[in-house]
This record gives sequence, structure tokens and C-alpha cells, in this order.
Amino acid sequence: MPGRKSDIFFIVVALGAAAFGLMMAHAHHRNGNAGSGLKEKAMLVERLELTDLCLFSDARYARHPSMADLHSAFQDSPMAMEHFPSGTVILPPPHLRLR
Amino acid sequence: MSLLERHRNIIDFALSSLGRRWKKNIALTLVYAFTVFTLASVIFFTEAVKREARAVLQGAPEIVVQRLMAGRHDLIPAVYIDTLKKITGVGQVKGRLWGYYYEPSTGANYTVVASGNPPLEPGTIAVGQGVSRTLHAAEGDLIPLKGADGAYVSFEVTRVFSHASELVSADLIEMPAGDLRAFFGIPEGFYTDLTLKVRNEKELVVVADKIRRLLPDTRPILRDEILRTYDSLFDWRSGLLLVIFAGAVAAFIIFAWDKATSLSMEERREMGVLKAVGWETSEVIAMKSWEGVIISLTAFFGGTLFAYVHVFFSSALLFEPVLKGWAVLYPRFQLVPHIDPYQVLALFFLTVVPYTVATVIPSWNAATVDPDSIMRL
Repeated sequence: MPGRKSDIFFIVVALGAAAFGLMMAHAHHRNGNAGSGLKEKAMLVERLELTDLCLFSDARYARHPSMADLHSAFQDSPMAMEHFPSGTVILPPPHLRLR
Repeated sequence: MSLLERHRNIIDFALSSLGRRWKKNIALTLVYAFTVFTLASVIFFTEAVKREARAVLQGAPEIVVQRLMAGRHDLIPAVYIDTLKKITGVGQVKGRLWGYYYEPSTGANYTVVASGNPPLEPGTIAVGQGVSRTLHAAEGDLIPLKGADGAYVSFEVTRVFSHASELVSADLIEMPAGDLRAFFGIPEGFYTDLTLKVRNEKELVVVADKIRRLLPDTRPILRDEILRTYDSLFDWRSGLLLVIFAGAVAAFIIFAWDKATSLSMEERREMGVLKAVGWETSEVIAMKSWEGVIISLTAFFGGTLFAYVHVFFSSALLFEPVLKGWAVLYPRFQLVPHIDPYQVLALFFLTVVPYTVATVIPSWNAATVDPDSIMRL
């Protein structure tokens, strides 16, 4: 049994470090086992010629950001402000910003 | 007395000192841990999405050619295929048919894509888990969808894509090409866009330049650009990260300001008493530094571990309202965890070090004052 408060502190730090180690080990283990899931997604991408991840489905330029053009967010009318929450979360793709 | 034993004594005293103001310190640690948790969650989530995109989208088309008309994406004529085939180095050119379908009964948006190889039978579709959830449709069910002419067409669900593929397929409806044309009213001789395969990958940029010159009303999008989209999608300047980082920076400024200006009278008196009973200035500063280290390490460990559980075990539950936006359909995906030691180290130095420094500076000021004058305050 720890007798001093500093012992408790060192035990807590050791437990924290051990939990960090477990976290790293878990990430490594899951990475190793992720092959089949990634392969399944990659096959679907190749078979259906998909270009984007399904992260947002409210606006088309957020559903397929890589296929969006510069005007997508403002296409409803010349004065329409961008109003989809997902549009404020992400950046336009670099190939549009660099042009 | 050895250095270790000396510091153990100081830590003992620092813990007793923290214990005397336990309500304030627990509240402080919780707020601090929450700030670390938010930052770590964002870092874990965005890094995992980027890695997953890089792994999964390697099979995306090498070049996609879109036609633009009046600043808008328009249908591309099939005759462009022949023009593109004549470009040296181009191996294969295919028309891609796809579009969006808004389902009025559920309010969800779906992505409809033409069937790949092997093609589906006419009148049948394959759907993603998100479509299945929102329409309550399982394999064998008939789904009525409203076509371009306003009439409902029933399609039989022959397959529901697996949970494992939700990150790419949640909102997908795979439909035979002929059915898709009839459903959206896309005339023969037109496609949504075109995809190209180039014989030598090193020539992709050259081919893209030739496409721009030959067909000025089109724009080619390279696979590399698609992959880079996800590398920079959650750049620090994007709204999500900017708001969260700004919040975290503001929280740390408040912490530091609080520490730098409001060393309580009780704490000042405590330091005066310690100096009066023989503690040296360096020992008083060491004691205050250990207080800072104890609080910030506890917050760092707690915040980071909870962030890991949040992102990789609960599918980033707290981010769902932000990512969902106005969408009815939200994919339920499990990201593959990835911890970058450099990022964890950066998080450590961005959170633990500033707080500890902010603790030491006012303590230094208080500890260098004559103990008699502090105790008389």
C-alpha cells in the first residue's frame, strides 16, 4: 500500500502511461486487422468509380467535395449565401483554390 | 537528502496544497481535460479520415472529365469520348452516369450511380446502409422512387451494402445504367461525366493539359487532386478546426490569465509562511510547478484517453450534429484508429507546457517578495 501522497501520484502517472501504451497497442492491432474492411471499400470505389467519402449528405458540394466547382455553394441565385452547415465545416479542394 | 527525496517531499506538499482547494482544482482539471479532449478528438478524427480516404480512394478514376456550362456542371456529350481517345497515352475512356435523388418522404438525399461490373438486372437496385435505414428497406423489398417524369417507379432491393463500407456507400443507390437514364431523363448520347485511364501515370498532368486545350468547356480532375482534397478538407483553416482551435486557445488564455493575475491571497500567504519557515525560493517555485504538472498531466491523460474512446469506439458521437448538418442520412462508420506520436507530442507541448509556465510565472513573482510583507497583506 502506498504510504505517501507522492506514491499515489507516481502510480497515477504510471497508470496513465500504461493506458497510453494500451491505446497505441490497440490502434496498432486495429490497423493490422483493418485490411479486409479497407479492401471492401476500395473494391466498391473501383467498381462503381466513386470519387468521394460519404461524410456529409446535405449539400452536393459537401457530398462530393472533389467534384465541386467554385460556384457550387452559391448556385441557387447570385445573391444566395452559403447556408449548409457542412459547407462551413470543410474547405474547398486545393485544386479549386490554387486555380 | 537526495534530489528525488526532496522532490517527493515537495510533491507530497503540493498534493496537500491542491487538496485544500479541492473544489476549485477539480473544476479546473475538468475544464482543462475537456479542452484537451476536444482538441485530441479533432486530431484523431481528422487524421483517421485522411488516412482512410488515402487508402480507399486509391481506386478512384485516374482522371474525371466534367463539362461546365455557365459555371455549372453539365451533362457531357458522348462524342467527347472519341476526341479524348485520340489523345496520345489515353488507354480507356468511359462515360459515368450518376446523380442525386431527394426522397420527399424522408427528406434524405441519395447518390444514384450506374451499376458497375457485373451489372444489376433491370428493375433492381443495391442500396447503402443509410438508404436502408431511412427507407426501412431490406433485401427483397420493393422501393418506389419518383422519376424525372413525376411517376413512381418501383425497384427491387437485391443487395444492401455492408456496414463496413458505410464510409463510401451509406447514401448510395446502385441502379442499372438503362434504368438510371430513364429515371433521371438523361438522353442517350450524354453522360454525367467521363473517366479516363492513362497508360503511363507520369503522363497524367500532360494528358490533363491536352484535355483542357482540346475541349475548353471541360475540366479534368486528377486522382491525385481527389486524394489531396481529403488531405486538406480538414485543414486548420476549415470552419470546424478553426472554431475548435479558437475555442481551445481562448480557454488556455483564460487559464493563463487566471493563473497570472489571480494567485489567491491564501496562496500568497501560504508561500510567505513557507519562506518564513525556511523554504528557499527555488523550492517554493518547484512546489508550484509540481502543482501545475499534476493538474495538467491529469487533464492531458484523461482528455486524450477519453478522446480516443470517443472517436474510435463511439464513432465520434459528439461531432455527429456538426457533421450531419441538415442531412437526414448520416453514415455510421467505424474509423480505423491511427495515433501519430508526433501529434500526441505536439498536443502535450501545446497543453501541458503553457499551463505549467503560466503557473510558475506568478509564483516566481510572489516567491521573490519578502515573506514578512506577504504575510502582512
